[in-house]
Amino acid sequence: MLGVTAAVLVIAQATTLATVLAEAAGGHLDRAALAGFLGSVAGRAALLWAQGTVAARAAATAKATLRADLLDAVGRRGPGWLSGQRTGQLATLAGRGLDALDAYFTGYLPQLVLSVTVPLAVLVRLFFADWSSALVIAVTLPLVPIFGALLGWQAQAATERQWRRLALLGGHFLDMLRGLPTLHLFGRASAQVTVVRRMADRHRQATMKTLRIAFLSALVLELVATLSVALVAVPVGLRLLGGGLALETALLVLLLTPEAFLPLRAAGSQFHASQEGLTALDEALTLLEPEPPAPTAAPPTASTAAPPTASTAARPTARTAVALVDRECDLQPWSGRHDEIRFESVTVEYPRTTALRDVTLTIRPGERIAVVGPSGAGKSTLLHLLLGFVTPSSGRITVDGTDLAALDLARWRRQLAWVPQRAHLFGTSVADNIRLGAPNAPLAAVREAVRAADLTEVVADLPDGLDTRLGERGHGLSSGQRQRIALARAFLRGAPIVLLDEPTARLDAGSEAAVLAATRRLVAGRTALLVAHRPTLLAEADRVLRVEDGRVTEQQSAAVEITTPPREVVG
Amino acid sequence: MRLRPERTVWRLARPYLGRLLGAGLLAAGTELAGLALLATATWLLVSAAGRPPLDTLTVAIVVVRALAISRGVLRYTERLAGHDAALRVVTEVRARVFAALAARRTTAARRSGDLLSRLVSDVEAVQDLLLRVLVPGAAATLVGLLAVAGASAVTPLAGLALAGGLLLAGVALPVLAALLTRRTADRVAPLRGALAADAVDLTTGAADLAAFGATESALAGADARARELAALERRTAALGWAVDGLGVLVAGATSAAVLTVALRTGVSGILVGVLAVGTLAAVEAALALVGAARHWTRLRTGLTRVADLLASDLSGSNPSASTPSAADPSASDSSAADPSASDSSAADPSASDSSAADSSAADFLAADPGTPTDGPASTPGAEPGDGSPAGGIAPRWHCRIEEVSLRYRRSGPPALDGVSLDLPAGRRIAVVGPSGAGKSSLLAVLTGMVRPDRGRVVYDNVDLSDLPVDQLPRIVGGLLAEAHVFHATARENLLLGRAGANDDDLAGAAGAAGLLDWVRQQPAGWDTMAGEEGGQLSGGQRQRLLLARVLLAEPAGILVLDEPTEGLDPGAADAVLASATAHAGPDRTVVLVTHRLAGLDRYDEVVVLDQGRIADRGSHAELVGRPGWYRDQWLRQTGAERDYLAITG
Repeated sequence: MLGVTAAVLVIAQATTLATVLAEAAGGHLDRAALAGFLGSVAGRAALLWAQGTVAARAAATAKATLRADLLDAVGRRGPGWLSGQRTGQLATLAGRGLDALDAYFTGYLPQLVLSVTVPLAVLVRLFFADWSSALVIAVTLPLVPIFGALLGWQAQAATERQWRRLALLGGHFLDMLRGLPTLHLFGRASAQVTVVRRMADRHRQATMKTLRIAFLSALVLELVATLSVALVAVPVGLRLLGGGLALETALLVLLLTPEAFLPLRAAGSQFHASQEGLTALDEALTLLEPEPPAPTAAPPTASTAAPPTASTAARPTARTAVALVDRECDLQPWSGRHDEIRFESVTVEYPRTTALRDVTLTIRPGERIAVVGPSGAGKSTLLHLLLGFVTPSSGRITVDGTDLAALDLARWRRQLAWVPQRAHLFGTSVADNIRLGAPNAPLAAVREAVRAADLTEVVADLPDGLDTRLGERGHGLSSGQRQRIALARAFLRGAPIVLLDEPTARLDAGSEAAVLAATRRLVAGRTALLVAHRPTLLAEADRVLRVEDGRVTEQQSAAVEITTPPREVVG
Repeated sequence: MRLRPERTVWRLARPYLGRLLGAGLLAAGTELAGLALLATATWLLVSAAGRPPLDTLTVAIVVVRALAISRGVLRYTERLAGHDAALRVVTEVRARVFAALAARRTTAARRSGDLLSRLVSDVEAVQDLLLRVLVPGAAATLVGLLAVAGASAVTPLAGLALAGGLLLAGVALPVLAALLTRRTADRVAPLRGALAADAVDLTTGAADLAAFGATESALAGADARARELAALERRTAALGWAVDGLGVLVAGATSAAVLTVALRTGVSGILVGVLAVGTLAAVEAALALVGAARHWTRLRTGLTRVADLLASDLSGSNPSASTPSAADPSASDSSAADPSASDSSAADPSASDSSAADSSAADFLAADPGTPTDGPASTPGAEPGDGSPAGGIAPRWHCRIEEVSLRYRRSGPPALDGVSLDLPAGRRIAVVGPSGAGKSSLLAVLTGMVRPDRGRVVYDNVDLSDLPVDQLPRIVGGLLAEAHVFHATARENLLLGRAGANDDDLAGAAGAAGLLDWVRQQPAGWDTMAGEEGGQLSGGQRQRLLLARVLLAEPAGILVLDEPTEGLDPGAADAVLASATAHAGPDRTVVLVTHRLAGLDRYDEVVVLDQGRIADRGSHAELVGRPGWYRDQWLRQTGAERDYLAITG
């Protein structure tokens, strides 16, 4: 529709202008034709405006939808689906990557339509006006896409990608900037200026080498277009001279010929501009492709009448809080009376490795179990199984005899508090970060959690106390303080089962002591699974499990006596 | 509107003005050729209709054909010339930015990785400014002026009408477009930023959200922001595209006006057509300024940041800011005049030139003046201390830290609070304490990376700030917390410590750091790539590489080591620390910052820092003997480590 209207307007504009010019050659002003010309120009202007607006709106909607779908996929598939690389890719894509789609929607797509309708319409019009010129154009016109394909829009896009990569390398400018403190220390900073310059210059030479070829295709296309104008104009002029052609027709041919080539060439150049957007789109669609069998939690067997378990951790707001299998006796948060968690021959296989092999173990209520073993042995996988981030490849996990896979995951997770190795802090206030698992907790409860996590002084030192907004990824807090925020989260969650994944990793001894003391308070009276890489946590455990090469063995007595008496523990 | 950033770019671009001018003229030529092609063709047709003799048209026929070819060729050369000139300017800007940062020894360390990434793209903005704003803008202006002149030659009134249209298309609309772009950007930018943060939170924090049942509400928040952004984009789209629509309208209307005026003033019929068609082409060329204005608006933020960074460098301490060769743009220009010559002279003889991108990635440190093959004699940029690390510097240095205090933020707590330390040559001192006690700050002050607010650091009775900048690294050096592994080979990373080192030296240092076995296992040996930020190495290998580089550097006076065994298991940590300390020799002072207390009994003194003050000091035996932080830590660590080894071993 849009393409047809545009084509009609192009022809109308050229026809009226040709008439005006032909009349003007005789010294007359053809007012009607001039008005027609202005009218068609106004029409083209309006059309461009409408088309741009519609395309930009479509782009905005498409981006919003894709963003929502991408983020939804993250939420739906859960953290088990996110690998390290995927995380970065998704964050970039959902953040700024999709904005590159603008060029595709507002530039390439409309131009693609025009490049079909306008040349066709022009050819038809010219056949009626002057068939021999139309023939010349009909022969030369296909040269544009043919040459385009021959020289390769694709190839050019590839070279431009290469060019971008070169620019990115930029002589490793960024690497040098990052290493500046090191260069300073070794007294090489000023000497390296020469190297930066030389590398940038070499980068320029490499870039120019690619560009000389990349621009060649544009040159050929432009030559085809302009030469065919000349090819049409000169014989038409000669035929005019011979009196075989009306001036008006000749002018129409001259004005319409470039219009036939323009959309094709524009589409070609827009194609390059929209490549980035297409790549982003491609990435998004690949990420959104359905995963091969992802054993999800069984459909919630809805019995909405089931009374919500009286739990302080209950969150009335959770939209997904659909009642699960109706079991009343399980999961009594504070009493610790929930029954055993059993791993029955659980094996977890990742695409390349087997994380856990045939693990059978029982976690009794109130037990505090330390998990040790070399890094990469599968310790974290144990916790991720309980969290529902990964599902067993074979075997099963039962809570009070019910398969974990049959439980409503959101409901089950409310029984858990998790302190990961590196908790993610969100760009909100300290209080909201602590409230992550209990968004409606009153301020007094937050303060209580802060005290329990030994954060009172830290919070007091912050400019706005609990309302201080944390910067990018918790910037502004030390690792020890961040870890204690995560502990405060766990305190406020008030869940009966706590899962701690090396909470003291990467902490110096001072911070470790503070985190450790808070950890002691947290695990008191709860069922706890503590992954321990550093030795200090072992003191808290009733039992020690050793994970090595995916196999879990029980260590004999872990009644480890630490040389120093543990500090006073507040239960 | 202040044009300071543009002036800065202009000043840097001055050596390449000829090239830029050439590119601009070529661009103008391209546009003119297109305009002339249409105008001549029109003239040809309208004249032919009057049936003159053929030979009056032959010139026009030739001109039409010539213009048709020259337009494409002109465009091709213009794009190449423009890119070449712009890239040359970017080279200059990169070198200047690096030099400006390099000149600030004390603040460079304080920039975060994100800021640096942004700086890199800011520098790229210079290229866009030249290629997408300056060159096409100048070309459109020139074409417009010439078109007005041409039209006025026919009849002044038509020239006036054309000038009016060009002012609308080339000034009013671009200004409007720039204003709209800025206004939209001001409103969209915060939302985009929030959305980017959402994306990071939802992906990086996915596990936290899921475990705490907060995924749904976070998703809802992000979705709401995405919708808000989309709504805003939809609202602004109509206004932005109205400018483009107006452009088309202005072109047609101007053409009609010129035609009417020309007819009224009795211009010959042949020229009326030429004027009308030429006007259309000229106004359309001027409309390129709308796009240029939009680009310019988007680029300004980045350009301003670059200009701010370079401002002090350009106006003030220009000579001291960079090495002589870097400060003299003509030096690089002369070599650049002959690309093949500069290519061969710049290329490292050992580097293959087969893949440009990879070789430029690989040999950036080997291409340094002090390549091992060069020998110390031919190293103009870095002759100090190349061949022999201690060359000319007295081997024994006595350093004193006197009453040093330091605050990073005025209102914040002090990082160091009146710390004094005496470091006679050959002394072994360990600095311990809780995190945030000021341990790393002490090393930063000692190495001159940070200037203390009060107090001073004295080397052999010379104040550190009075020492020549190039001498300090030869006196004091070592492993600091922010040590960087470059995206280069293991050899190049090590050579940074001592440019003239041979393979035996490398092996010696690598052996002491426990890296040698790994190097021998690698198929590429010393030429194994470390990856971006050392990403190809494991944490332990990275740490050993950094340590080996420090040992190779052999600063004459003081060796500082900030957590040198981080990431190593207890057994390896003990061995590496012992051999590194032994490698330092009897004359060199060693200052070790560590959280691990094992092995400190071999140190002369242990200093316990707390909240920027020296809380306790003494030998290991003394400190373990009396109650306090040190004894608590020692007992906890040894006991726990023993138990841990017993259980896990």
